[in-house]
Amino acid sequence: MTLMEFFTTHWLGQLIVIVAQCLAITVPLLVAVAYMTYVDRKVWAAIQLRRGPNVVGPFGLLQPFADGLKLVLKETIVPSGANKVLFVLAPMITFATALIAWAVVPFDDGWVLADVNVGILYLFAISSLGVYGIIIAGWASNSKYAFLGALRSAAQMVSYEVSIGFVLVTVLLCAGSLNLSDIVKAQAGGFWNWYWLPLLPMFVVFFISALAETNRTPFDLPMSEAELVAGFHTEYSAMAFGLFFLGEYANMILLSGMGAVLFLGGWYSPLPFAPFTWVPGLVWFALKIAVLLFVFSWTKGTVPRYRYDQLMRLGWKIFLPFSLLWLVLTAAAIQFLG
Amino acid sequence: MIQTLAFYVFAAVTVVSAFMVIAARNPVHSVLYLILAFFNSAALFLLMGAEFIAMILVIVYVGAVAVLFLFVVMMLDINIAELRQGFLKYLPIGAAVGTALFAELLLVLGVWTTSPIANEMLRAKAPDLARMSNTQALGQLIYTDYLFLFQAAGMVLLVAMIGAIVLTLRTRPGVRRQRIADQIGRRREEAVVLVKAGVGEGVSS
Amino acid sequence: MAFLDRTARAFLLTEVISGFVLTLKYMFKPKVTVNYPFEKGPLSPRFRGEHALRRYPNGEERCIACKLCEAICPALAITIEAEPRADGSRRTTRYDIDMTKCIYCGYCQESCPVDAIVEGPNFEFSTETREELMYDKQKLLANGDRWEAEIAANLAAEAPYR
Repeated sequence: MTLMEFFTTHWLGQLIVIVAQCLAITVPLLVAVAYMTYVDRKVWAAIQLRRGPNVVGPFGLLQPFADGLKLVLKETIVPSGANKVLFVLAPMITFATALIAWAVVPFDDGWVLADVNVGILYLFAISSLGVYGIIIAGWASNSKYAFLGALRSAAQMVSYEVSIGFVLVTVLLCAGSLNLSDIVKAQAGGFWNWYWLPLLPMFVVFFISALAETNRTPFDLPMSEAELVAGFHTEYSAMAFGLFFLGEYANMILLSGMGAVLFLGGWYSPLPFAPFTWVPGLVWFALKIAVLLFVFSWTKGTVPRYRYDQLMRLGWKIFLPFSLLWLVLTAAAIQFLG
Repeated sequence: MIQTLAFYVFAAVTVVSAFMVIAARNPVHSVLYLILAFFNSAALFLLMGAEFIAMILVIVYVGAVAVLFLFVVMMLDINIAELRQGFLKYLPIGAAVGTALFAELLLVLGVWTTSPIANEMLRAKAPDLARMSNTQALGQLIYTDYLFLFQAAGMVLLVAMIGAIVLTLRTRPGVRRQRIADQIGRRREEAVVLVKAGVGEGVSS
Repeated sequence: MAFLDRTARAFLLTEVISGFVLTLKYMFKPKVTVNYPFEKGPLSPRFRGEHALRRYPNGEERCIACKLCEAICPALAITIEAEPRADGSRRTTRYDIDMTKCIYCGYCQESCPVDAIVEGPNFEFSTETREELMYDKQKLLANGDRWEAEIAANLAAEAPYR
């Protein structure tokens, strides 16, 4: 049996290949998460005319690792009134759901761990699972601040998932497929063929809903320090808190990835001719995610926090009808024009 | 082999968690077990090759319905000891109702007959999986073949929703509300006046 | 028309976009923060920082144990004990300042007739234990030796106004 045969046919070989593929996705993802915290802090600092982290390593580049090391070395405190199993389980759920969603994201043509037919539904399902980590954390902490934070967060995520759902439906109406690779392929050609242009309002709705989904400003009510101490992770310390933090940033990267796949043509280069098509698709995909992440940080540096009733009003009274209307318009346009 | 193994694992977890839904002492744990049961059922659907149903089960039941369950149950202030106080007193009635229901269930199962042409219908309706994915097949059935039934079901749900809103909506007079449209519609020119104040004069409106 | 105008502005997010443009502009402006541990901001000659006991240029300590600073200290942070020295001069045997009590009001340096106790320009004297903040005479004299140049310059700069 040659090595090639071992890896393609023997079950152990296949297992090794799958594990290697998973690692090839998660390790760069975790590094990206670490550097996302750094970029975030640098961007806010720049907007506020500050310098941001610049002491640990050249330009502060080792800051995320210093922070991570600090979190690892600290003691995990489980409150005496807490439900221990669920208390420990909650950060794991948040972190795991943020990672497993990447299984269906196509990084390049054919570069996808699981090319499932219902990729977009899988993404949506996994992102709707993330709310459990938060809600369980809030309940298991046995603390009123954590509980209220979790309730706010859960209600917010469920509300904005509805409008994200309609946005996804609009996109898959245009692409005619639930498979993420096919959705990207439907956007082949230059940036004028990507869906962000014909579906610009939906792109904006998607982005704002993504902010709400990841609990970022202006929708960071769940973790508003002034009102709820720190929201659902009030009682968490050390690496348990670290997992929430990592999960939150991984979710941000995931939603940026979704944005890149659904609206920004995935791995395609913005201009479909020679010097641009030489760049590998993976690089374009990463660049698109980076641009969206920059807008995430930029938003955090720009807008103030919403009040809770305003947030709910925006979700249910504006985004929901608006995305529904746009869904009908898109369907009509495809039926009668396309 | 792996598929069979996976089936037994998921099936076992589903059954155990479904049992724990009624056996758990803490209602929140019950709901969490219910979610686990939903999740494993979705995995079972996946094993059957019905990936669309599996994902919809996760999105609708786990992602939305169970969250609302959890909300309600978490907010309830249930005292287990108080609930169990009259347990022995009500046991005979409960047992009687349970037996009656179980007997009905047995009767239903015992006299269950299928239409003689059912097998044929089943064969006729089964879509060719090589030709279309099961998402497409479902869409074909719901939105083309049984469109009117689907619409009727939607109407029933709409009526239920409107009914719930009509029953619970109350308008209170004399409540001051924020008019966000007016606030957003305000312009800088209407709201801000730049005044050059001289020394010692102050600003008079 | 006004309604149309208002709706159009609301849905085109004009105000949000102008806000975003503003923050983007600020992102490329020069930073205003001082890069603290490597750069420091200017201090006034009147800055009241860490305490120091000064000496005369010949090495003799200035403090004559008059206890005016101990008397005026509103936080009761200063403790002085005095005894005649072998050569007959009046000196302190103990001069303690509890830096955790001190409120940095500067009354001690105002009251001192010989400019012995002063508050120097040093503000970076945080410690890891509380005990290290109970300064004794030795520590205060060492501070005086260390910061003499800066303290003397500050006193000279302030001399016309005293």
